[in-house]
Amino acid sequence: MEHRNRRLDIVLLLGAVAFLILPWYRIDGGFYGFSWLANFPGDPAVSPAILQTTMHGRPWLGIAALLLGLALAARFIGDPMRRGTLLAWAGALGVVFLTVQGLAVGFSGWTWAISETLFGALADGQPSMGAGAVLLALAFALIFSFGLAERGVMRGDAFVVSAIALLIFLVAVFVFYPVGSMLVGAFQDFDGSFNPDGFTRNISDPSIWSIGCLTGGGRCGVALRTFWLAVMTAGASTLLGLAFALVATRTGFRYKKGLRLLTVLPIITPPFVVGLALTLLFGRSGVATQAISELFGIEPGRWLYGLTGIWIAQVLSFTPISFLVLIGVVEGVSPSMEEASQTLRADRWRTFWHVSLPLMKPGLANAFLIGFIESMADFGNPLVLGGSHGVLSTEIFFAVVGSQNDPSRAAVLAIILLCFTLSAFLAQRFWLSGKNFATVTGKGDSGAHIALPRSLSIGVYALVIPWAIFTVVVYAMILVGGFVKTWGLDNSLTLQHYKRAFSIGTRDGSIAWTGVAWNSFWTTMEIALISAPITAAVGLLTAYLIVRQKFAGRSVFEFALMMSFAIPGTVIGISYIMAFNLPPLEMTGTAMILIACFVFRNMPVGVRGGVAAMSQLDKSLDEASLTLRADSFRTIRKVILPLLRPAITAALVYSFVRAITSISAVIFLVSAEYNMATSYIVGLVENGEYGVAIAYSSMLILVMLVVIAGFQLLVGERRLRRENRIALPVSLHEEKTV
Amino acid sequence: MSIEAPGSVVFRNVRKDFGSFTAIHDLSLTIEPGTLVTLLGPSGCGKTTTLRMLAGLEHPTAGKILIGGKDVTMLPANERDVSMVFQSYALFPHMTALDNVAYGLESSGLKRKEARERAEEGLTLVGLGGMGKRLPAELSGGQQQRVAVARALVLEPQVLLLDEPLSNLDARLRRRVRTEIRELQQRLGFTAVYVTHDQDEALAVSDRIIVMKDGVIAQQGAPRELYEAPTSAFIADFMGEANVVACDVIDVGNGAATIRVEALTHSVPGRDARPGPAKLAVRPNAITLEPSAEGAFSGQITHAAYLGDHVEYEVKTAAGTLFVVDPAVERPLTPATRVAIGFKERGVAIISS
Repeated sequence: MEHRNRRLDIVLLLGAVAFLILPWYRIDGGFYGFSWLANFPGDPAVSPAILQTTMHGRPWLGIAALLLGLALAARFIGDPMRRGTLLAWAGALGVVFLTVQGLAVGFSGWTWAISETLFGALADGQPSMGAGAVLLALAFALIFSFGLAERGVMRGDAFVVSAIALLIFLVAVFVFYPVGSMLVGAFQDFDGSFNPDGFTRNISDPSIWSIGCLTGGGRCGVALRTFWLAVMTAGASTLLGLAFALVATRTGFRYKKGLRLLTVLPIITPPFVVGLALTLLFGRSGVATQAISELFGIEPGRWLYGLTGIWIAQVLSFTPISFLVLIGVVEGVSPSMEEASQTLRADRWRTFWHVSLPLMKPGLANAFLIGFIESMADFGNPLVLGGSHGVLSTEIFFAVVGSQNDPSRAAVLAIILLCFTLSAFLAQRFWLSGKNFATVTGKGDSGAHIALPRSLSIGVYALVIPWAIFTVVVYAMILVGGFVKTWGLDNSLTLQHYKRAFSIGTRDGSIAWTGVAWNSFWTTMEIALISAPITAAVGLLTAYLIVRQKFAGRSVFEFALMMSFAIPGTVIGISYIMAFNLPPLEMTGTAMILIACFVFRNMPVGVRGGVAAMSQLDKSLDEASLTLRADSFRTIRKVILPLLRPAITAALVYSFVRAITSISAVIFLVSAEYNMATSYIVGLVENGEYGVAIAYSSMLILVMLVVIAGFQLLVGERRLRRENRIALPVSLHEEKTV
Repeated sequence: MSIEAPGSVVFRNVRKDFGSFTAIHDLSLTIEPGTLVTLLGPSGCGKTTTLRMLAGLEHPTAGKILIGGKDVTMLPANERDVSMVFQSYALFPHMTALDNVAYGLESSGLKRKEARERAEEGLTLVGLGGMGKRLPAELSGGQQQRVAVARALVLEPQVLLLDEPLSNLDARLRRRVRTEIRELQQRLGFTAVYVTHDQDEALAVSDRIIVMKDGVIAQQGAPRELYEAPTSAFIADFMGEANVVACDVIDVGNGAATIRVEALTHSVPGRDARPGPAKLAVRPNAITLEPSAEGAFSGQITHAAYLGDHVEYEVKTAAGTLFVVDPAVERPLTPATRVAIGFKERGVAIISS
């Protein structure tokens, strides 16, 4: 009982502080500037809720105080069931009330006409929620969770109930609320009133849906072009990925290790860099273009700028991902099946065609769908290479930043894009689930994979070797490009681009970061380093809840989280600026919005890794810890986390790298104060400063390689010690997950 | 009865559903302080669920659980005064034996130094003094098991729970460890609830045995009571094998009943038997076989297996096939031999009237 009262007291105290002391509304200069202390508490802009209620004409906030009082009264009830019920109700009503009042009362009064007719006009509106409001919402959520825990929900484990409640709350605020606002935004005018004109005008726009190119009457609409591009990219990258996977596992190819290295590339390459390198090769002043025009006298063309160029860039970018997926599939086909086929008098060709390939089919479909989603969501390459032939993701961008500034059009395009990717995601999830034949049992499956039929292996080599060389050339361009003075015109080598980007001077005896890139570079590092641990923590906590706790709606919870993976970055970007630009939550232009974006976009990968690693830890370890008087928080800290170190490292690396390389959502969210490296580079490209852009990109790749190598080194050391010192079954499991 | 005393356990009308499946139907039981009680039954009978509800790892759908007279039904596992030895031991692989034993003490708020001192005492108690620095992987199976017991015992819980603690040990070690556990329990006088599916183990260690089947208690009592006076064919067969034979009760009196199988009459402990048709449970080693063409109750050997210190026979009779364990290895009977069947004095019980 004392334990319960202590935690409840702390939260009630937090609630009281939030209501009585902290400034209730958002402070323009930023809360952590503390400049608001000067006018505190008299000024309505900075005064706490108690004064807002009594003096500044916002009496409805008093309801929050009443609900907090209700929770305080519940504290003194003896019967645990009644006490729990009352607490849960007070908490739930508190969260609902704060949400509803935030949505209902905007800057200048009621947001909805119906409430104005019901309650009469308000004298004054309210600004966005600030420290007080957010903290009180948090306190209510915790009170709600404690109430449920005391009623025996989740075996009375308050930590678990609170974690679930907070995660659902956060995902609702940072994933569903923005996407919802975007959907609503499609039907709204600039002033927020309902107006379906924009929606109907855009959804029936022939420039989106036209099938002119098929019927011969002009160009196709952007939706159809994007779809066509995605299918082509997915098909080509799946085919190439399969060829690479076959070479890596079924042939005596000598440079297999090098092929594996290929899989790291897309992770550390900012998405537009491949497009950039292609322009250096095949653009109007590209090396290849010029060489050909000199040799054959062909006029340098602009063929690269358009779907063809985007297609080449995307296939280059996504083939390694497809390879990564398919190598598991190809290896997963049990050798004994192939051996069985051979003993049944099938030759190698028949075995491949009738046994191996059908077994790989679900894996191939999976790789295809992943390629499809990646291509749809790709923003960097189309931005660099698209020219006037945009795809959905770039069209969305230009609909808001360009001269047309039509949020409704952006929303409609985003909805169309979302429909495409979500369909692919749902197909992957439901149609393919349970169809995977390639299962690795963990038991040693003796026997060797048979070699490919001769004709097939020649074909596979013919695909793989040129493409591998092409990839190497493209990446070499990235490295070299930064040292060439003016590409195509003056091919002399220079350090000038690096100097411009990264020069360091001394001014008044202290170091001055004089290079143009430093500002965005440090911001990127700062944001990546802040968001990486949060992403890893939230991801692993979610994984813990999914694997270790049983609660109603768990599969829905998991599905909703994974779905956010299928939401293209552009859509997230546009929905974030639509949702967080106005009360009740205003975050545009801050570092917080970037961090929130990274955390919720990259979390699903942390969840997947955590789920895989945690499923291999015996559940009785947690239970033993619980029966040894440790609560679940201590269990996680002392037992689960130490055993999950490799998964933690992986999640950290991944979210760090993704925060550095992503562009699609970021480009909507950056501000003058918080500019990220990728969006800065895109700006450089738009100004034609290719040299500096390439120099900056290669620098980023280098930094990420160093960071990954550092993490890998750490993990490697741990594994070594573990083999010497720790129980065999566990260390084996962990090696598998590494 | 001392159901209020520390160390007592009471289940009152406990029910546990997993979705639409009911694992435990209306379970009520009382465990007295200082006793070792075994929950015995085939897999899926609900014994482990019962133990996990007592530990707080599962919460009942309905009913109440009391430990030491205090209602703990809604209390989470870490706030209950019980501790548990897991089937897999669940030793934390990244902590030394000493850290494993000290873990619970530190969770309970003891200072690190004191916790380690107490943990060292705990290890000494189970005969592992000085081995505290080793990691679980560096200990043998039996030693790991003892660390698990020490880890649970140092918390001085009101009730110690043991979930099939011997199932990961080889047969020889199993016998020794179960004796050790029983000695420790009697020396320190704590209450222990022991789950197993092995009736030998249950008979060897328990003060009382509770046999469960399909989520309800099939029978409970002292080991001897269950073995010698099973109330159902299930208990008779589960507590050591038994042949179930139809019989007639022809006379009752003086706490004994006279029964007849075919033409063979036999006197068995009577209890509340009533004259009329009944079922008889006969232990395989309570049957005697004499080669003979004729007898009051006769049969024919269909199968014989020599097993060193005894011979197992299958005998076909008019009352069904009997399974017989015969210690007379010097006189093996061959299949097709006709035999006269008799019953020994002990090992025969009426199971239903």
